Amino acid sequence: MVASDDAPRADNSHAPARTVLDDKDISRALTRITHEILERNRDASDVVLLGIPTRGVHLARRIAKRMSEVEGRIITAGALDITMYRDDLRLKPARALEHTEIPDDIDGKIVVLVDDVLFSGRTIRAALDALNELGRPKAVQLAVLIDRGHRELPIRADFVGKNLPTSLVEKVKVALTESDERDAVDIQGGAA
Amino acid sequence: MTFTHLLSAGDLDRTDAIRILDTAEELLGLASRPIKKLPTLRGRTVVNLFFEDSTRTRISFEAAAKRLSADVINFSAKGSSVSKGESLKDTALTLQAMGADAVVIRHQHSGAPHRLANAKWTNGAVINAGDGTHEHPTQALLDAFTMRRHLGELEGKNITIVGDVLHSRVARSNALLLDTLGANVTLVAPPTLLPVGIEKWPVETSYDLDSSLEKADAVMMLRVQQERMNAAFFPSAREYSRRYGLDTPRLNRLPDHAIVMHPGPMNRGMEITADVADHVRSVIVEQVTNGVAVRMAVLYLLLGGAAGDSTTEEGTE
Amino acid sequence: MSSYVIRGANILGETVSDIAIEDGVITAIGAGLEGDEVIDATGLVALPGLVDLHTHVREPGREDAETVLTGSKAAARGGFTCVHAMANTDPVADTAGVVEQVWRLGREGGYCDVQPVGAVTIGLGGERLAELGAMADSAAAVRVFSDDGKCVSDAVIMRRALEYVKAFDGVIAQHAQEPRLTEGAQMNEGPLSGELGLTGWPAVAEEAIIARDVLLAEHVGSRLHVCHLSTRGSVEIIRWAKGRGIDVTAEVTPHHLLLSDDLVRSYDPIYKVNPPLRSNDDVAAVREGLADGTIDIVATDHAPHPMEDKECEWSAAAFGMLGLETALSVVQQTMVDPGLLTWAEVAEKMSAKPAEIGRVSNQGRPLEVGEPANIVLVDPAATRVIDARDTASLSRNNPYAGLTLSGEVVATFLRGRPTVRDRALVEGVTV
Repeated sequence: MVASDDAPRADNSHAPARTVLDDKDISRALTRITHEILERNRDASDVVLLGIPTRGVHLARRIAKRMSEVEGRIITAGALDITMYRDDLRLKPARALEHTEIPDDIDGKIVVLVDDVLFSGRTIRAALDALNELGRPKAVQLAVLIDRGHRELPIRADFVGKNLPTSLVEKVKVALTESDERDAVDIQGGAA
Repeated sequence: MTFTHLLSAGDLDRTDAIRILDTAEELLGLASRPIKKLPTLRGRTVVNLFFEDSTRTRISFEAAAKRLSADVINFSAKGSSVSKGESLKDTALTLQAMGADAVVIRHQHSGAPHRLANAKWTNGAVINAGDGTHEHPTQALLDAFTMRRHLGELEGKNITIVGDVLHSRVARSNALLLDTLGANVTLVAPPTLLPVGIEKWPVETSYDLDSSLEKADAVMMLRVQQERMNAAFFPSAREYSRRYGLDTPRLNRLPDHAIVMHPGPMNRGMEITADVADHVRSVIVEQVTNGVAVRMAVLYLLLGGAAGDSTTEEGTE
Repeated sequence: MSSYVIRGANILGETVSDIAIEDGVITAIGAGLEGDEVIDATGLVALPGLVDLHTHVREPGREDAETVLTGSKAAARGGFTCVHAMANTDPVADTAGVVEQVWRLGREGGYCDVQPVGAVTIGLGGERLAELGAMADSAAAVRVFSDDGKCVSDAVIMRRALEYVKAFDGVIAQHAQEPRLTEGAQMNEGPLSGELGLTGWPAVAEEAIIARDVLLAEHVGSRLHVCHLSTRGSVEIIRWAKGRGIDVTAEVTPHHLLLSDDLVRSYDPIYKVNPPLRSNDDVAAVREGLADGTIDIVATDHAPHPMEDKECEWSAAAFGMLGLETALSVVQQTMVDPGLLTWAEVAEKMSAKPAEIGRVSNQGRPLEVGEPANIVLVDPAATRVIDARDTASLSRNNPYAGLTLSGEVVATFLRGRPTVRDRALVEGVTV
C-alpha cells in the first residue's frame, strides 16, 4: 500500500517509471531533516515523532535513529493511523486499520508528523484531527520526504526532503526497504 | 470485506474474520483515550431493531455506533407498532424510508435477519444481533477476540463449549467461527440438547464434561433455561448442574492458562457456580468490554467505506 | 351443445387418433372424424380429466385467499375436472350444510366438479366424531373424510372413524403428524434444521402415525388413505402394509416429488409446507414409491395463502403452497421425462385411481366411446418459466416461481365443454 496521499486519479502504473531519488539521496535527505528538526527545536526532549502508516512510520523510525545518534540517547518514534479520520472513506471500500502507537503523552509536546509524500494535504488534515483527540501538543510540525505540490488545503511542510514538481497525471512512488525491496522514489506516468 | 451483511458467522472467511479481530484490537485502545469517539460514521444512521429484549446487546451496539459518531435509532418491539401486529416487512420499509444505513436486528424467530436482508425490504446493511435459536455472530466474534487476547492465535487451540447447544445461537456461531479460525471445538451437552445432524458440524461432541477439561484452552458455559427442564430435556436442575455445571473442582482440572467464558446472562448455581464466575480465570466481564470494540469493527467495516464494495484496493493513491 | 373433434391426439401417449365429443360424451375414437369444431391436437397427449383428492379452496372463511370459483379455475388450468375440497374451512366442513354449500358453489362455477371432503371430528378438534353419515347422505355425497391440517391423533377416535365410514363405503384420509413430536416444528429435522436453528419435524412423527393407522385399518378391516406422505420410511411402511394385504392407499404431492429441504436455507416461507420439504433421499424414495405403485396417486395439497402470511419471518408464516396449475408439469418433469412413469400411468395416478378412492363414479373414466368427455390435452414438448402472477388463484404462494417446468395444459374438457382452450382459461363457462 502506498500510504502517501489520497485523491483518486488516473492509473498510470503501467507507464515507465523513472527514479528521482536513490537510496543515497533518501539517506542524505533524512539526515538533513533530522538536523533541521534538532536545530528548530533545540531541546529535542520535547519532540515526539509520529509517522503516518505505512511508510511515514518507517521514515519516522529512521529519523528517530539518527536523532538518537546525534543526541546520544534513545529516541523512539510512534505511529498515528488516520484511517478513521479520512474525508474520503465513502469513496472506497472500508480499509483495514493500521496500528496507532503513541510512545508518550503528547500534551505540551512538540509533535513532528512524518509522512512520505505531501500532496493534497488531506492526509495531514486527518492526522491533525486524530491528534486533536489524543491530547493538546504545544506545537505540531510536519516532515515529509517528498513535497509534490498540488495542495488542496492550506497546509505546508516544515521539513522537506525534496520538492518534486509533478503533473497531476503522474504518480509518485516511495519504496523503502522496510516494506519494499529497495530505497527509491520513482515517478510514473506523464512525460517520461 | 467479502460480505455486505453479517447474518451468520459462516458468512466470514478467515481473512474477513481476522480483519474484524485486528480492527477491533486497534479500536480497543479507544476506550482508554480521553475522547472515546471517532468521526468515522458521521451522518450514517444505525437502527437497533430489537424484537426481543436484550438490554446488554442493544447497549453494546449503541455504544459501538455512537463511538463511531453514527446516529443511532433504537426501535424496540415493545411499545412500538410491531406489538400491535405490524409486519417485519412494513417495519423494514419504514426504516428504509428513514434512511437506515445499517439495521442491527434482534429477533425471536430464526432467520428473521435473512428475511430482512434477502427480501430487499431495506437497502441497509443487516447485522444479526441474535435470531431465535440460530446465530449470534457478533457474540462469536467477541468471544474469539477475548480468547485471542488470552491465548494468542486460535489455530490449533482447544475450545470446549458446554450446555444447551440445541437452543443456543451462541454455540452455532462459535462453532462456525472457531472452525474458520482453525480452533478445535468440542461441544459438551446431554444428548437431548445436541441437535440432530450435529455430526455434520465441524466439531467434536461429548456427553461427558469431565473428559473434556484437561485439554481445554478455554471453556465456554452456555446459559441453560429452567423451562427446558419441563420439556424433559433433562430431569432436574440439580442433576444438570452436577453433570454439566462448572464448579471449582472442575475448574481446578483445567490447564493453568485456560480461561472460563460465558455469553451471559448467567444462571449462577446452574451451569456455573458463583465462585467460578467470579474467579480470576473468568473473563466474563472482559467479554462485555470487548463486545463494544468488536461491534465497532463490524460497523466500521460494513459502513465505513463505499457501499457494495468487496475488496481493498492497494496502491491506487 | 356443439360437438367437437379433437384431431390427432396421442391418447395416453400410446395411439394417435381423433376423438369426437357430443353432448358431453365421447362418441367416437378413430381417424377422419368430423364435428362442429375441430381442435388440432397434433403433438398433444390426451389424458382423462385429472382428479385431485386434496385441494384447499378456503371457502367459506378465507375468500381473500381462494374461493371455490377461483380454485376451480386454477384446477381447470391444471387439467383437473374434479377436485376434493378439504374440510379445514371456517366454519369447518363438519356438517351436511357446509359440504352442500361447497358442492353447490362448485356446480355453479362450472369449471370443475368440486367434491367436498368432510371433517372426521367436530371442528377438526380430534375429540368427537362429526356427523359423517349426514354428510355422506347429503347432496354432496361425501365419501372422503379428513381432518387434514390436523392429525386424528387419538387412536380410539381413529379406530372408530375407520369403522364407522364402512357403512357408506367412506374412507378416512389421514394427515399423519404425531402432534407431540411436532410441537413448534418448522422444517424437516436433519442436519439443516440444526444448522438453521429451526425446530425439527422428524420423519418419525409421520411414520409412527402411518404405522399405527395401517395396523388399525387391518384390525378393523377398513380402508385407509394416507395424505401427502413425504418420507422414505413412510413409503416403506405403506409397501409393507400393502404386502400384507391391508386396504391402504397413499398420495404424494408434486412438491414432495420435486423440492427438498435445502430450499429452506433461504428462510423464504414460500417453501414452508406441511408436511415439510424433506431430504433429497426422501424425494428419491417418493419417486420410487410412485413409480412402483406403492404410492397410488398424486394429490396437489393446493394450499392458497395471502401474501402477508408468506412475506414474514419463517416461523410466523403459514404452511402451504399452490399446486393445481403446476401439478401435471411437475409430474411430467420428475416422473415421465426420466422414464419412471408412462402417460397411461399418469392417467391412472392422477385421474382413475383418485376418483376410485373418492368414489366419484363419473370422473376418472377411461377415454373410450360412451364415457363422459372429461379430457385434458397436454403439450409435453412445451417448457415454461413459472410466473407466480400468471394464475387463476387468488394467491401467489407458488414455490416454483422462476423455475422452468416442462409440459403445458393446452385444453381441458369438462363433460364435453372446454374450460381451457388454446392454453388459456375459457371465461364465462356456465352450466
